[in-house]
Amino acid sequence: MTTAGEFITKTRGRGRADWSDIFTYLYLTFGTLLMFVPVLWLVISSFKTPAALVRFPPDLWPYDIQSVEVEGYATPLPLYDVTMEDGSVRRLAQVRRVGLEAQMVDPVQPGEIVRVRIDQRTEVRTLRLALENYTDPLRRFNFLVYLRNSVVVTLAATAITLLINSMAAFALAKYEFRGRQAIFVVIISTLMIPISVILVPVYLVITGIGWNNNLLGVIIPGAATPTGVFLLRQYMLTIPDELLASARIDGASEWRVYWQIVLPLAAPAMAVLAIFSVMWRWNDFLWPLIVLTRSELFTLQVGLAAFQGELNVQWHYVLAMTVLTLLPITLVFAFLQRFITTGIATTGMK
Amino acid sequence: MTDSRRVPIAPPAQLPSLPRPGWGDRVSDLFYALFAGVMNVLDVFFAAIQRWIGSRRMAYVFVLPNLLIFGIFVLFPMLLNFYYSLTGGTALFPQSRPFVGLQNFAHLFDCANFLNPNTCREDRFWRGVYNTVFYVVFQVGIMVLVALLTALVLNRTLRSRGFFRSVFFYPVLLSPVVVALIWKWILQRDGLINAALVSLGMERIVFFLNANWAVFWVIFISTWAQMGFYMLILLAGLQSIPSELYEASAMDGAGRLQSFRHITLPLLMPTMLVVTVLALIRAVQVFDQVWVLTGGGPGTATTYVVQYIYETAFAGQIARFGLASAASMVLGIALLLFTLVQLKVGQRSDIGA
Repeated sequence: MTTAGEFITKTRGRGRADWSDIFTYLYLTFGTLLMFVPVLWLVISSFKTPAALVRFPPDLWPYDIQSVEVEGYATPLPLYDVTMEDGSVRRLAQVRRVGLEAQMVDPVQPGEIVRVRIDQRTEVRTLRLALENYTDPLRRFNFLVYLRNSVVVTLAATAITLLINSMAAFALAKYEFRGRQAIFVVIISTLMIPISVILVPVYLVITGIGWNNNLLGVIIPGAATPTGVFLLRQYMLTIPDELLASARIDGASEWRVYWQIVLPLAAPAMAVLAIFSVMWRWNDFLWPLIVLTRSELFTLQVGLAAFQGELNVQWHYVLAMTVLTLLPITLVFAFLQRFITTGIATTGMK
Repeated sequence: MTDSRRVPIAPPAQLPSLPRPGWGDRVSDLFYALFAGVMNVLDVFFAAIQRWIGSRRMAYVFVLPNLLIFGIFVLFPMLLNFYYSLTGGTALFPQSRPFVGLQNFAHLFDCANFLNPNTCREDRFWRGVYNTVFYVVFQVGIMVLVALLTALVLNRTLRSRGFFRSVFFYPVLLSPVVVALIWKWILQRDGLINAALVSLGMERIVFFLNANWAVFWVIFISTWAQMGFYMLILLAGLQSIPSELYEASAMDGAGRLQSFRHITLPLLMPTMLVVTVLALIRAVQVFDQVWVLTGGGPGTATTYVVQYIYETAFAGQIARFGLASAASMVLGIALLLFTLVQLKVGQRSDIGA
């Protein structure tokens, strides 16, 4: 927060804040709130019990109704603070509610039933994180399977993308061969053709190969990214040819030149592409939605969308699963944020 | 190097160096050993090929895997899509699909009055088209302006720029499904926004039962989620304007607004155009976020072209692949036009810079 502090006291060197400094300050404060509050609200809400989630207006923090085990009753009973007729306040457990009247017992002396009007009592609530929102779906639904599928797709696709894109980029940057220009132009001209334009024929190809309901059908089609080839080729052009030539004189094979000289030198560009690929694949939705129809093959995004459709009322699970879905990307960003933002600013791609 | 002109932004002179956390060294050593092992094994294979075809032709071996996947999953489908749009029936494989000529297109364009989707045979398509046009115009317009304003504000602050840049960028990383669920939760009947409205003494609003509100929130949320990306590009553009220009204009007595109008705006124009075209291309394909958020409703208020294509081909009672392909040809032509504009702009900005 020191950065924010420095920012507040910073003026344009004239010693006094003017209207534009005030505007800047207000804009950034408002902007920061607008960007973070929705995500924070999601995270806080994901720790609330179903009962707390339907409260209106909502509480800020995850409160839960305190309950107590009472002798002679099978389930724990909710605790209430009750204002008695004489004005004193007693803490009682509610057995049942009948109309406007509630039947309560004192947890210490469970024998005697006390009848009170319901407007005379208030719930006893304590701060509690409803961790069962997280643990229940992990046990009862396919969530871990979705997670595993997403991890498999993301890692495999990124590895394949990096390998074949860098091989192609190496050839296009460092060799003279017939058809080089043609190949490059064809690849670049499809930079702007998204999969949503060729959904049906790609689906046909996938079906023809037999990759329907197969993670390969999600991994392979998007692996030959034009953006990746382009980015890596431009970067490899800056590697001096003399380095490659001297390695060849030392007897290195072309493959060795590629992986021991060119790849390490292109590491920054490879890292940018890796981050993009992880982002694309982790967040991909439309294509997996079409290829994967069996629920045990769903990726997280498809699973989450299906989950919220089926369990429209079970917000407590949906919210917790959403938090788990955004967690990995958020962690990656927290560690690599400077690298990611500079990488995008300098390459201008997504 | 004529090719490099064709792409949005000139390639970077220098990419930032990777952060090197100390605790990760051991892990990265392990990964490197693994990587080197695999590469050494592959070397045996590739060295054999090299002995066979000669080192010059190894280039073809290097492009082959990428080209193969690219050809099978991008180029071939692009051609096939055209053929699909000329066939009918519900079969998936082209050999069992009857050739119907331009019938799918005739069906799509069968309208008494093109300005009124109700008079069209395929009214869902035309609603999708009009909704998409409306969305594209307003979402792109608003988002580019907000991104520009944010970039200008961030360009002023020097020390905390990195921090705020990350703040505004963060939602870009979130998946469309996650973004949609975050806001669905906030906008629901008992949600945060309605709690605020009630505390201000207003009525609760069920936002997604009202077409105007649904469209508003769809545009608002996509701006929220994507703005940071375009802001980053604009900020890079702003920072590439030499500060001497501002110093010179200040010496000549120009005010802040004047130097904005005469220095910042003209020099930022190429970046602005690139950003606008990128945003347009993205906006035309609007689907996933909205689909999870509203399901296209209420009614068809937020049904867009890609949702029409998806539902026509994959989610309907009968799979009308021909019609979906015809619709995606229309979408593809729109994207092609934007891309051509982009190429022209790219060339212009090269000359301008």
